[in-house]
Amino acid sequence: MLLEVDDLHVEFRTRDGVARVLNGVSYHVSAGETVAVLGESGSGKSVTAQAIMGILDTPPAFVTRGSVRFHGEELLSASPERRRAVRADGVAMIFQDALSALNPVFTVGFQIEEQLRVRRGMSRADARARAIELLDLVRIPAARQRVREYPHQFSGGMRQRAMIAMALALDPEVLIADEPTTALDVTVQAQIMDLLAEVRRERRMGLVLITHDLGVVAEVADRIVVMYAGRIVEQADAVSLFGSPGHPYTAALMRSRPRLDAKGTALETIRGLPPSLLRIPPGCPFHPRCPRAEAVCVSHVPPDVRLGFGRTSACHFAEEVVGG
Amino acid sequence: MTDHLASLAPEPPDLPARLDHPVRPDRPRGLFGDAWHALRRRPLFWISVSLILLVLLMAAFPGLFAPGDPDAADLSRSRGAPSAHAWFGYDNQGYDIYTRVVHGARASVVVGILSTTGVILLGASVGVVAGFYGGWLDAVVSRIADVFVGVPFVLGAIVILTTLNAGGDAGPVRIVAQVVLSISVLSWPVAMRIMRSTAIAAKQQDYVKAARALGASSARIIGKHMLPNTIAPVLVYSTIALGAFIGAEATLSYLGIGLRQPVVSWGVMINSAKDYLRVAPHALLFPAGFLTATVLAFVMLGDAVREALDPKLR
Amino acid sequence: MGRYVLRRLLQVVPVFLGTTFLIYVLVWAVPGDPFEGKCGERDCPASYVSMMRERFNLDDPLLLQYWKYLVNLVQGDFGVTSSGVQVLDRIAATFPVTLRLALVALLVEAVIGITAGVVSGLRDRGFLDSLVLVSTLFLISIPVFVTGYVVQLVFGLQLGWIAPTVTTPTFGNLIVPGFVLASLSMAYVARLSRASIAENRRADYVRTALAKGLPARRIVGVHLLRNSLIPVITFLGTDLGTFLGGAIVTEGIFNVPGVGGLVFRSILTKDGAMVTGVVTVLVLVYLLMTLLVDLLYAVLDPRIRYD
Repeated sequence: MLLEVDDLHVEFRTRDGVARVLNGVSYHVSAGETVAVLGESGSGKSVTAQAIMGILDTPPAFVTRGSVRFHGEELLSASPERRRAVRADGVAMIFQDALSALNPVFTVGFQIEEQLRVRRGMSRADARARAIELLDLVRIPAARQRVREYPHQFSGGMRQRAMIAMALALDPEVLIADEPTTALDVTVQAQIMDLLAEVRRERRMGLVLITHDLGVVAEVADRIVVMYAGRIVEQADAVSLFGSPGHPYTAALMRSRPRLDAKGTALETIRGLPPSLLRIPPGCPFHPRCPRAEAVCVSHVPPDVRLGFGRTSACHFAEEVVGG
Repeated sequence: MTDHLASLAPEPPDLPARLDHPVRPDRPRGLFGDAWHALRRRPLFWISVSLILLVLLMAAFPGLFAPGDPDAADLSRSRGAPSAHAWFGYDNQGYDIYTRVVHGARASVVVGILSTTGVILLGASVGVVAGFYGGWLDAVVSRIADVFVGVPFVLGAIVILTTLNAGGDAGPVRIVAQVVLSISVLSWPVAMRIMRSTAIAAKQQDYVKAARALGASSARIIGKHMLPNTIAPVLVYSTIALGAFIGAEATLSYLGIGLRQPVVSWGVMINSAKDYLRVAPHALLFPAGFLTATVLAFVMLGDAVREALDPKLR
Repeated sequence: MGRYVLRRLLQVVPVFLGTTFLIYVLVWAVPGDPFEGKCGERDCPASYVSMMRERFNLDDPLLLQYWKYLVNLVQGDFGVTSSGVQVLDRIAATFPVTLRLALVALLVEAVIGITAGVVSGLRDRGFLDSLVLVSTLFLISIPVFVTGYVVQLVFGLQLGWIAPTVTTPTFGNLIVPGFVLASLSMAYVARLSRASIAENRRADYVRTALAKGLPARRIVGVHLLRNSLIPVITFLGTDLGTFLGGAIVTEGIFNVPGVGGLVFRSILTKDGAMVTGVVTVLVLVYLLMTLLVDLLYAVLDPRIRYD
């Protein structure tokens, strides 16, 4: 295992109260595997990633419990210098909107090269050559000219590729992609996902793919982690998750997908809204919206029920749900 | 200088008219409700409001504060220092400074209010229309505004007022009117630009397009949909501008081209005191102090209102 | 980029024409006797009146008058005062002093304003932040001439630390008037820097730079500053233009022999030709400065360049 997150708890202390954003999140990534983190807005998937990278805004965010280990080394209690050393070199991250994530006043080349110059001590010429190589790698045509251009001169898909190139500059072992295709057209989405898969394969990287898009997940993921209200409600390999979901939330998500063969019928939704993180419901956080909820769901926080090898579900009735 | 202060006004809002707090369990408030709630809590708000009310009271009823006659000069007391009898002392001509400072509030405040009204009426209306209709109307208006902006305030005022003053002695009404006119003429482009950019931003909003699609007339769209949402930046601007214009009047009077005898204002007092600064500094410091405090109060208020109305800070 | 420059240049022409026409009309074409009050307290000598009538074509229709005035302007003829002095000569003698004063003020404003703004923008609502906010509010509210007199009074006349007026306008002597001139703008620069930094701090590209493992010094010094200072630098450029045209008050208080002082004395002595000439030059300079600032903005922000 390259990267391990163990029982991570994060709170946001605001003027209106304390929001419990992460409530015991645990997952791991190994070399060469793709783990998808699936969840709605507010489920905590991005916060987990930022906590791993150590780039949470503190205050108002505070890590109150848990551990993040890279190659077995505990990061949360490491020195700021050590944490910074791991960023981009051990674990790299790319973000959703490449236009705002890239600095508008510097060329794309500059933004790739600065890491090489500042952190690897490369000369200007060497860094420039390497930057061109990287742009080639992510299949940006005319890389030699493009390297001198600014982010706003690229199209959306190319910008995202440039960001990927930037993230790969220091040869990281794990890449966290936070909703990399959400802001892109469907056709471009497919290209980017293919690129990520190829890169991961060639470099034997671990890839953490954060998304809310079931379609993307189905294509690419080895394992899937489903998050809700700052908790992991289900972890399983992709085939099992889609074939027989083990948690009511996952099941509801699957059911809510529009299907071509269901023409003429009403779309299924999950009634209600995700809870405010300032006031998470007692017991199972999903119980107000769950079709199977019973008294025990309100009084007791569900345990992580083992449904098979590497498969868990945080539901009192997990076995029944899996059964169908 | 008015441009600096006016630039403290906010960018046009790019949010819908109402902002609700999903977190608060009680009734959702509109933008102004939120703003008022935020304002209420700030001590700076209350300080500036009390100061302003005090000055306005002074301007409206000077007799309440200083029963004496501002034009009564007693040369024998010339340059007298402050004492129990005359709290601020006497100036070079023997005028009681305290009485004149209190009475001077009126002219300064009147010029400020009239100039602001003129600028808002002229600038805001032209700005809204230019922003809403766009096209050649907008282009023409913008170029005209550029011409006026190209003239630095003090210089423009000098040219206008020296020309107007060349006609010989004028009565107090004409003196005040001239100053108000020159300030308004030179400052309207700033108000125009603020309203124009707000109108342009508002025009893109979906609720305006929806109103259009429903067949609402242009007048109705401007009046009912756009104006209420463009009020916020204009409100902030006019508060700060009021302060700036009071300062501008003082500057013009100091230069000798603004208000002058028989009109009394803080600027006039500073102008007459400047040549005797070495021997009678109090004659300049007291009106200067009142002037600064008043401008400060308006600027503080405008700043507090702007922060309260700014959705980004919440 | 070339298109942008061309567009801006083209915009300057109608504005310049409009402004100079406006000034011309105000001075010479107001109904009534155009020479009223233009020669000081006494009436203009008949020889001056007829000479000016001929030179300024005052008997011609308005637009023709203006056209001929423009033609003269372009050839460098700004007119003559009633005492026979070439307006342009006087301007050329006094302009360098004002330029020096403006540069000093700009330096003061930039150094103090940006430092205060950046430092308070980087910290969150601390004591320093409140201090900067309150003091800038204060500085913005005090009219320049009040600051000038107070400084002159307290530091010059009472404490004797500085000379109350400027005898020779060297850079050193101009520091105090420069400081007074810059006082209002300095506060504004501080606020602008602070707001810009505070806003950019939360930008996505800062988060990306952090995720790249760059040292904090570099993130702030290179990434944050480069973006945040764009509006500040363009403002500084405009301010230089404003200083050149607006130092009248400061020069008056400290007796600086610059263009502002020239205009000031011309007002007092009611010398119309001098006033028009100087105002026209200053407006021209201001327009040029705003043009330069717009070009500077395009240099600093690549997004504007490739529009």
